[in-house]
Amino acid sequence: MFRDAALIAGKDLRIEFRSRVTVNQVVPFALVVLVLFAFALDPDRGTLRVATPGLFWIAVLFTAVLAVQRSFNIEVADAGRDGLRLSGLDPAGIFLGKAGALALQLLALEATLGVGVAILYGTASDPKAETAGVFAVSALLVSTALLATIGLAATGALYGALAAGLRVRDTLLPLLFLPTVSPVMIGATRAFESALRSGPGNQLHEGWPWVGLLAGFAGLYVALGLLAFGALLEEA
Amino acid sequence: MKPMARGRVGTGTPATRVLGVVTLAAIAVLGLFALVLSPADELQGDSVRLLYVHVPAASLAYLSFAMSAMASALYLWPRTRRPGWDRLAGVTAEIGVLFTGIVLITGMLWGKVSWGAYWTWDARLTSTALLFVLYVGYLAVRRMPAAVDVRAKRSAVVGLVAIIDVPIVHWAVDWWQGQHPQSTILHLHPKISGLMAFSLFLGFVAGLLSFAWLLMHRYRLAVMEDALEAQWLDLAIEDRQREGTVPAAGAAAR
Repeated sequence: MFRDAALIAGKDLRIEFRSRVTVNQVVPFALVVLVLFAFALDPDRGTLRVATPGLFWIAVLFTAVLAVQRSFNIEVADAGRDGLRLSGLDPAGIFLGKAGALALQLLALEATLGVGVAILYGTASDPKAETAGVFAVSALLVSTALLATIGLAATGALYGALAAGLRVRDTLLPLLFLPTVSPVMIGATRAFESALRSGPGNQLHEGWPWVGLLAGFAGLYVALGLLAFGALLEEA
Repeated sequence: MKPMARGRVGTGTPATRVLGVVTLAAIAVLGLFALVLSPADELQGDSVRLLYVHVPAASLAYLSFAMSAMASALYLWPRTRRPGWDRLAGVTAEIGVLFTGIVLITGMLWGKVSWGAYWTWDARLTSTALLFVLYVGYLAVRRMPAAVDVRAKRSAVVGLVAIIDVPIVHWAVDWWQGQHPQSTILHLHPKISGLMAFSLFLGFVAGLLSFAWLLMHRYRLAVMEDALEAQWLDLAIEDRQREGTVPAAGAAAR
């Protein structure tokens, strides 16, 4: 299963490396979203800085929709889906591979967005490192991002396969995906707020229970994907 | 479309007709008790009457979604895969969305009277709204243009994803916004009068009857839809032949 997953993930990442669709189109889109948020919320009043965690994760969700669409459009072209079924690879492995490649691309996106947020919204200049160590803050940020990304990638891979090849896929995917991942949005935003102290009275340790929620979400949807992906693939 | 008229017309049988009449009677009695006979609440005033619909509708929505999820799981499990489970999953989800809509509307009206706003970002409201959207998405999947078994399988997966999401959403939102003040309202009133309790009970009876009636009719309609989807082309050709514009069966096969 894991060998199959590595094959699929390697294939997807290789396609991305050669076509650079995510780098050339999805990342710039994410940055555009960040700039639009600044237009929507008056940037001079500190609103942006307070709202940074939420805006960051909204931008991640929107770009995740694009990434998922991209990830499964490459299977639709040239009947890649049939190829996958003919390949004899374990469906659970295919799921893990697709989700893994998606997760890696999302993590890269999040890193870029993080830098963008820090520069454009001035979030990093918060006096956060005074009472809590830099290490504790980054540990919370990184584990939040990691688990949220796994949850997003697992859900995305499931729904991506489900909507792939349909005439209505571009409109169906966001409708299914965004409400489902709303717990990730809530959990990741609250955890980031705790880490960055952007909310009123947020303490660092308050973020960790949310990380637990994200871990639960990720675990459940990875498990469901492993079980259900076969049913999605075996049909035409 | 006319072709179905050749088979059985309509979805009613004597049994469901009786059920329908009983349901209507129950709704009428509920209206009498909820609006006229039961007293207004000391604190909530007349707005309490909304709860005789609101609370049963919420329970029935959960019942529908639970049934939908079970039917989805039974369809996905290869040994129990029958088209009937797929239909049941879709039908109950539709009814669940209907009841969730009723819950949201009556809840918003209640909120306007009691809290002074149609909407607050309270935990229960938010998670109910998300539940509504999740299942609207599910219904969109059911309407997707694809082969019947492809659609059935994909819908079943979405049904499971949705039901797993419900407790997580509930937990996350609850944690985010703190406890819902409304959930304890009936417990705050241990001296809820007998007439009010009876009205609420009637609400459950009328709700369950409507649920059963809707379920039976909608399920039969789903059977007819599937039959129509399977043979609409044959039926259409038959129609054309009867009009005499197309040569008879043997020639048409060319």
